[in-house]
Amino acid sequence: MAHLRKTGDAVFSKVEKVNSELFSLTYGAIVTQLLKDYEEVDATNEQLEKMGYNIGIRLVDEFLAKAQISSCQNFSETAEVIAKVGFKMFLGVTAEVTNSNASEFSLQLTDNPLAEFVELPEQYSQLSYSNMLCGVLRGALEMVQMRVECTLTKDALWGDDVTELRVVLKELMDEEYKDDDE
Amino acid sequence: MPLLSLYINNKAGGLIYHRDFASHAAELDVNEHLRLASTFNGLALILKELSPAKRSSKMELLEADSFVLQSFDTLTGLKFFVTADPDSKKLDAVLREVYELYSDFVLKNPFYETDMPIHCERFDEKLIKLAEDYQRR
Repeated sequence: MAHLRKTGDAVFSKVEKVNSELFSLTYGAIVTQLLKDYEEVDATNEQLEKMGYNIGIRLVDEFLAKAQISSCQNFSETAEVIAKVGFKMFLGVTAEVTNSNASEFSLQLTDNPLAEFVELPEQYSQLSYSNMLCGVLRGALEMVQMRVECTLTKDALWGDDVTELRVVLKELMDEEYKDDDE
Repeated sequence: MPLLSLYINNKAGGLIYHRDFASHAAELDVNEHLRLASTFNGLALILKELSPAKRSSKMELLEADSFVLQSFDTLTGLKFFVTADPDSKKLDAVLREVYELYSDFVLKNPFYETDMPIHCERFDEKLIKLAEDYQRR
């Protein structure tokens, strides 16, 4: 998948950048404000996912337009494109695809720019800090006719070696025209 | 060789953006533009069904004596199409540029609701500039 890496590097050099500290501090401010407002971890996780979804349904067009992506032949290719081009373009890092088959895959991040300075306190040990990424993937894939479920299965903040997102394909939404009278 | 008009259709085939760039663009009222855009949407789809080759794309190019029409479908279901004087070149590249502008200046505006008509001044400005640049190419 060397050509995908190249595409990722090329589009990363083209897009505008922001200071990574500003980025991770802004994200931190969002998460802590949600924790204050919702007062519990589960509701915060859910809200982060929803916010991510709303970002994903818009972000996908920028991704397709600027990286000039054409349609993928199968779900494994989708995984590679997200890992090598999508993550590179928007976060500046690439992910590793593991446990990939026709209907699911995992994305592993060794470097998570969202959580650069974060240590989870004990009362928030169940917090899916980077849950917004799950929402972004769900929103973006839904716009290209793939309904998926995405969960944060490992997190460096929980003591795991890597941060891992599990993506499961639920349905391919076929938009082909079907004649009702048949 | 100027561009004449640009149209953007949403997923449902409804017109969400229209702009004329040249004085000799088709003079139609708002309703006629709406009708034209959704008719083209259906026509492009029918032509795809008529194609003898499997997995054919929808109609992308229409050439006539007095104009050409180039169309571009995004994977997210949007349709961008532009009309221009005959013999205009590289209209597909223009549409890709328009798609980039759309992803920057329409979708990143938090007050733009997706699939609704586009009223974004900065998008208008960038498009006018794009059309001027194209004419000089």
